[in-house]
Amino acid sequence: MTETLVQQLTALLPWLLTAAGAVAVMGAIAIRRHHGAACVVCVAFLGAALVSLWPAAGAAPVDAGPLFRIDAYALFFTGVILAATLLTAILAHGYLARLSVRREEFYLLLPIAALGAAALTAADHLASLFLALETTSIALYGLIAYRRDGRTAIEAGLKYLVLVGVATGLLAFGIALLYAATGELAFDRLGVLTAADINLGDATLSAAILLIVAGLAFKLSLVPFHLWTPDVYQGAPAPVTGFLATVSKAAALAVLLRYLAGAGAYQQAAAMQILLWIAVASMLVGNWLALLQDDLKRLLAYSSIAHLGYVLVPLLAGPAFGAEAAMAYLAAYAAMTLGAFAVITVLAAAPGAREPSAVDEYAGLFWRRPALAGALTVMLLALAGIPLTAGFIAKFYAVAAGVGERLWLPVLVLVAGSAIGLYYYLRVVIVMTRGETGAPSAGRPARAGLLAVAVIVAIVLYLGVYPAPLVEAAATAATALD
Amino acid sequence: MLTALVAVPVIGALLAGFAGEGRGPRVIAALAMAVELGLCLALWLEAGPLFRIGGHGAWLAYESAAWIPRFGIDYQLALDGLSLPLLTLTAALGLVGVGASWTEIRERVAFFHANLLFALAGTVGVFLATDLFLFFVFWEVMLVPMYFLIGIWGHEGRTYAAIKFFIFTQASGLLMLVSILALAFLHADAAGGFSFDYFDLLDLDIGAPLATWLMLGFFVAFMVKLPAVPLHSWLPDAHTAAPTAGSIILAAILLKTGAYGLIRFTVPLFPEAALAFAPVAMALGAASIVYGALLAFVQDDLKRLIACTSISHLGFVLLGVFAWNPWALQGALMQMIAHGVSTGALFLLAGALQERLHTRDMAAMGGLAARAPVLAGFGLFFAVASLGMPGTGNFLGEFLALLGAWQASPLWTAISAAGLVGAAIYALILVQRSFHGEPPADLRPADFDTREIAMMGALAVALLWLGLYPQPVFDLAEPVFATLLTETRP
Repeated sequence: MTETLVQQLTALLPWLLTAAGAVAVMGAIAIRRHHGAACVVCVAFLGAALVSLWPAAGAAPVDAGPLFRIDAYALFFTGVILAATLLTAILAHGYLARLSVRREEFYLLLPIAALGAAALTAADHLASLFLALETTSIALYGLIAYRRDGRTAIEAGLKYLVLVGVATGLLAFGIALLYAATGELAFDRLGVLTAADINLGDATLSAAILLIVAGLAFKLSLVPFHLWTPDVYQGAPAPVTGFLATVSKAAALAVLLRYLAGAGAYQQAAAMQILLWIAVASMLVGNWLALLQDDLKRLLAYSSIAHLGYVLVPLLAGPAFGAEAAMAYLAAYAAMTLGAFAVITVLAAAPGAREPSAVDEYAGLFWRRPALAGALTVMLLALAGIPLTAGFIAKFYAVAAGVGERLWLPVLVLVAGSAIGLYYYLRVVIVMTRGETGAPSAGRPARAGLLAVAVIVAIVLYLGVYPAPLVEAAATAATALD
Repeated sequence: MLTALVAVPVIGALLAGFAGEGRGPRVIAALAMAVELGLCLALWLEAGPLFRIGGHGAWLAYESAAWIPRFGIDYQLALDGLSLPLLTLTAALGLVGVGASWTEIRERVAFFHANLLFALAGTVGVFLATDLFLFFVFWEVMLVPMYFLIGIWGHEGRTYAAIKFFIFTQASGLLMLVSILALAFLHADAAGGFSFDYFDLLDLDIGAPLATWLMLGFFVAFMVKLPAVPLHSWLPDAHTAAPTAGSIILAAILLKTGAYGLIRFTVPLFPEAALAFAPVAMALGAASIVYGALLAFVQDDLKRLIACTSISHLGFVLLGVFAWNPWALQGALMQMIAHGVSTGALFLLAGALQERLHTRDMAAMGGLAARAPVLAGFGLFFAVASLGMPGTGNFLGEFLALLGAWQASPLWTAISAAGLVGAAIYALILVQRSFHGEPPADLRPADFDTREIAMMGALAVALLWLGLYPQPVFDLAEPVFATLLTETRP
């Protein structure tokens, strides 16, 4: 009995340490307000949580009560989430240092949001799904509207609040319907019921699954639930946008995949058909609207809609290879998206600069700040799926999963979408090379931020050149779903 | 040894990239390409006994290491008598490209040469890779530096041209990726376990309708690069906008990767499907020959004219490859090399003229023969070579391609031969309009200097050597084509 408890606690270490991080930051703020100290405490606990993934992996798989299941799958996504949160905290330091708002609470909200996201990856029950999702969302409202000195941030926060409120309503309704139809909320029990053909084809059950998928699709900003995305991405502070685009997406995808695989939704042909069209629409609409954007953050918002559409291709391909492909895709996507927003953050944090928004403001960046422009170029090429970057491995996986299951329509749309995508990513790169060779702008950006950017560039290139570790990790983690 | 061929330009690129402005990057780039050329010639002279890999081909050298074991992806390079002449061409024209930029590129010299060498490294990789995943990586990677070369140092309309070039080649490349992945899955179904190994995939037996679709994925990617009608429209724009070295690399080397891919992958991987498709492909080849020639002689822009002739010349390669017999294949290879040399030289000439006259418009030229006799002399030589004058490699290439194609399809061969008339017209128009007639009064360009004479002279000697004593190239490629033919035509 004690052995199981020790095992459970070891497996839960990453979650416990993240939660402890939030408490510790709160304590630190109560003793004395100090921006640097709050950041260091937050980073230290997140770092410890990240390191504790190794002992946790040794103890996994473990059922932590009926609500959570800590397995290699959860640990894979939690690793992505914690790493992204850690880098966000480092990036936020330089960014917040120049703002005239209270800075310390940022490092309180960040681990709470990460905790919710990490819990979501382990959620094995609709109740824990709902709880974890709400934990993330509530912390995110605060993070998005953190810059109270500007109106756009408040507007973005409010938009997110209202629309995610609607999504949560849909989700809760779906869960209620599912409970009414089956009397079960645990994924595995639902899976057993669906496998036994009970109520299969029942309208209530189909509606319930659709509502749950719709609720999660809001979080994933899939078409047609994407309308909040560009405004929120644009209005939120740059580091928060990066966090939102990676951590929140990773968590929602993780739980969606676990739900689909565990609760037997793959047997529901109608739900799969609708998911297929959501994927196709996301790829087309995301890429198409990204073409029309003049603001880099909005452009990246639409590009993330398209990328989440790409992730659905392996998701549709089924639980075995598809899960592996979706996980590898998401890890690569998280690295490159976070990297793009990291560059924006560092640029905004440079003394004497303001946050660049329009693509044209990046003109001549190659000659003003070659290192940052180079980093952004790597990220954009990765998002476009050029080889020797992590983005290519992601695209390779998505196409492979689609081809393996003979999903020709989504694969062809993916190819077409990538071709469109090239245009807007390359346009940004070209803009950065344009313009005269000006003197480097005054002031150096924060060192910590530059370090974070360098780390992300290294990850994106390393995974592109030698993807074997990522591939092995995803393959191992995906077996936990079976 | 093979890794060194890829590594030398990569190391050169990194060194040049950090060598600062001024002479440093130029010297480093020239040295790197000279070493590369030396390596190629050494491989040629030291060519050991041929061997088979996995029961296929006639190879000269081979290297392999595990890369992504989960998918059976290896870092696998191999060299045979088809890739070696193309590698030598790459190194030689790369050196010419560095020379062509010596005075033309004055801004961001270090970054320029880094991109130039990265593009060359990518092409070298394409010619060597025998793992389809690795091949695709090189295939796509060479686009990025090329995109920068056009987009940053190009002439007017460069952004449009660079993006068009990238989208055409990348989108068609993704179709090839789908085909490659389908092959890997077919291998997994047949033999258990993914493989991207060229030699494993050659043994796959693919059903008829699927084989045709997968073959088309490869075919379209290579056809865009070649380029062949109707997917050629990126080429005139890219060539016109690119700086001289960019045009040289694009025409002399990058286009050859498409032709190489057809010979190495499209036909051997899908022999039956390719055979069934051959009439269509040969028709497209003939259409490219005639249409490219027609396009060429309505151009006023010198670089656009040369670019359009490339479409026409590479039509012979498409025709020859799909005729798929020893004469036609030898002709296609000879045409690839000779076109690389002669078109490279013509772009060098166009670049020299633009640097001197600040225009590429042939209407503003004329009478150059009187003002710059050496320049005009070389211009005449390469224009005439381009129209297929006996004694140059171009003649041999076109002649052999037509000879071989006749046995496969007399109709398309006859139509293609008519394209030769077009070649005579556009080549003579080029000479007539730019070099002869009354020179405009204010047109006083400097003649070629020693550097330019050395480069043009070397290219002229190479072209004459190919035309007068082609046997070394034929001997090198003969066993490769012989095994390819026996393996694909049981």
